[in-house]
Amino acid sequence: MSPTGPLTDDGLVRLLTHTGERVSHPEYDRYVDHLDDHALLGLLRDMVIVRRFDTEATSLQRQGELALFAQGLGQEAAQVGSGRALAPQDHVFPSYREHGVAHVRGVDLTDVLRLFRGVDHGGWDSAAHRFHLYTLVIGSHTLHATGYAMGVQRDGDVGTGDPTRDTAVITYFGDGATSQGDVNEALVFAAVNNAPVVLFCQNNQWAISEPTTRQARVPLADRGPGFGVPSVRVDGNDVLATYAVTTQALERARSGGGPTFIEAFTYRMGAHTTSDDPSRYRSSAEEEYWRQRDPIDRLGTYLQLRGAVTPEFLAGLEAEGEALGEHIRATVRTMGRPSTASMFEHVYATPHSVVESERAWFERYEASFLDAGEGSHR
Amino acid sequence: MTTTTETPNAQPAAARKATEKTLTGVQKLPMAKAINLGLRRALERDAKTLLMGEDIGQLGGVFRVTDGLQRDFGADRVVDTPLAESGIVGTAIGLALRGYRPVLEIQFDGFIFPAFDQITTQLSKMHYRSRGRLTLPVVIRVPFGGGIGAVEHHSESPEVLFAHTAGLRVVSPSTPAEAFTMIQQAIASPDPVLFFEPKGRYWEKGEVDLDAPLADPHTPDGLGLDKARVVRSGTDVTLVAHGPTVATALKAAEAAATDGTSVEVVDLRTLSPLDTATIAESVRRTRRCIVIHEAPVLYGTGAEVAARITEECFFHLEAPVLRVGGFHMPYPVAKLEHEYLPGLDRVLDAIDRSLAF
Ligand SMILES: Cc1ncc(C[n+]2csc(CCOP(=O)(O)OP(=O)(O)O)c2C)c(N)n1
Repeated sequence: MSPTGPLTDDGLVRLLTHTGERVSHPEYDRYVDHLDDHALLGLLRDMVIVRRFDTEATSLQRQGELALFAQGLGQEAAQVGSGRALAPQDHVFPSYREHGVAHVRGVDLTDVLRLFRGVDHGGWDSAAHRFHLYTLVIGSHTLHATGYAMGVQRDGDVGTGDPTRDTAVITYFGDGATSQGDVNEALVFAAVNNAPVVLFCQNNQWAISEPTTRQARVPLADRGPGFGVPSVRVDGNDVLATYAVTTQALERARSGGGPTFIEAFTYRMGAHTTSDDPSRYRSSAEEEYWRQRDPIDRLGTYLQLRGAVTPEFLAGLEAEGEALGEHIRATVRTMGRPSTASMFEHVYATPHSVVESERAWFERYEASFLDAGEGSHR
Repeated sequence: MTTTTETPNAQPAAARKATEKTLTGVQKLPMAKAINLGLRRALERDAKTLLMGEDIGQLGGVFRVTDGLQRDFGADRVVDTPLAESGIVGTAIGLALRGYRPVLEIQFDGFIFPAFDQITTQLSKMHYRSRGRLTLPVVIRVPFGGGIGAVEHHSESPEVLFAHTAGLRVVSPSTPAEAFTMIQQAIASPDPVLFFEPKGRYWEKGEVDLDAPLADPHTPDGLGLDKARVVRSGTDVTLVAHGPTVATALKAAEAAATDGTSVEVVDLRTLSPLDTATIAESVRRTRRCIVIHEAPVLYGTGAEVAARITEECFFHLEAPVLRVGGFHMPYPVAKLEHEYLPGLDRVLDAIDRSLAF
């Protein structure tokens, strides 16, 4: 029985089959035709590196070095394909699982782990990378992205024809998030303002334990048109296809053509987070089905068939992965506890008498233990 | 491809765990389990009672508080909702108007805010606006507070925001036994109840009398949802706490006893209404009062208790009412939460300061 509703794969844009054959698409071929072996190998490298990051972070969590981790396992093509379509001046408003996008924006992935280790609420310079802070309250950042895009539009940074000036904004969220009022309000604001924003939904089939069928009766991409926002469904495990549809959507945004909703149909191969137990709600048959559609294998096979993969490339990639692993392990272990005083910093941009008096009280209180020459009771 | 069924069906009765249905007498249980059994009783008692929330079905909730309930009562009674808090509360209002008793789970304290509008502008006011013609017996369960080393938005203490809103009852159990009883009383209440569960204490065990009769939730003399409880008697100082800080207060009382200080501990149990009489009675005896809570001190529960105790007991007080709580800052990173939380040392320090007057 072929699935219906939000689980159907009808209408997915696809440029690579899951067995690695290139299939042509009348509308989207032109967005990838210029990608040579070097560029394609670059996409493979990104995905492999990001997966390595995932594996390392997951095992660090198991070793007690991280409080929690949200894996991106299985979603590499959706993230790397869309992320690589961005221009340097574009802005990203991520949710909490967009490590692949962070990587292509040049964020040191150990900075992402500051959040999951519990030493920082952010960890990276969001302005420098044009990659905003992670958002844990589902869907709220889609409005920020839309507002940011409205600002870009007001500043006249769309439709000038200057490829270094015209700017788009992209925001990432999950299938579950499409149920939130905020995401629906973002679609309303994006539509009526013709905002240069791309709403990129990674439909990884699950919102913790709830399948997409608990959020919708129709493919998620069908939501866009009802708001007046054009939509595309794309095979989210096909990095060429996600690159192509995102490139098109970003171009539309930058040229003044307004918002696009993209549903990237993919699969969360890991647990929701390291605290989750997916065996309670999904079958191993389902996981196996998706393992056969692994985004990295798919591009890898295609490149093998093209004869583009050399032993040197593989060796280089292996070495890069090793180095990243080492960097992550070493860096995370040395991320110490922040100073207690830092708790009181940056609550406000200007002095606040309540914070100041509490800070002063706390300093005296801490000092009293030292004066008494005793350890704490804790 | 494989698909998941649209609504997970209840499994056949044979698959149910008989143990949970037949548990009786006094049992040693963790709080999460005690709430689970309280919910089970309520579902058995009244076919109009429904549970609604994210992941509460097959997964049993992220804290497993609703574990096994969908299996035993079906997906129509234990409903996995779309990921939309405003939607959960808003539709529960509609269901309640239609005669149902929805019991909602908000997954974490920090995610109640998308529903803040529905709770404060609609749920709290409908009875008043209808001049009493409409009641909204909706319970909103919220795992709250810190101490579990979580990432941001997973350790908030927003109880006062709701206690400040007229029309809502706001309660918080501190032990498995209280949790078992209070959740059933909350569900029985015709008023909307915000039920704040101290998530850091979910796994702590305590004795629960599963046969305890259920007092009317709003009887003035029974321990319904209107009363504070003296959980330890003492003569030198009164500690007032609720939810997660009750255990901290009891620990501090133990520690202070070794120095010869006799500490009385009052568990508020309910923030709205606030049982000023029980606190005042205690303070008239001990003459000293310290209020402890995890939420920031500024405009917190402590402020309310201190003001009322000052009014009621001014001539009995030997020291100003002191407050021990969180600081005026967003909840800090996990590695610093133990500095933020009012722990044993800060409570003992406050006891010393109070006694020094
Ligand atoms: C407003 C809000 N409600 C609930 C949660 C708890 N929660 C965290 S992730 C999640 C599921 C999200 O699913 P989806 O949007 O599909 O994204 P995915 O995690 O699959 O990437 C839930 C319910 C939250 N973070 N924010």
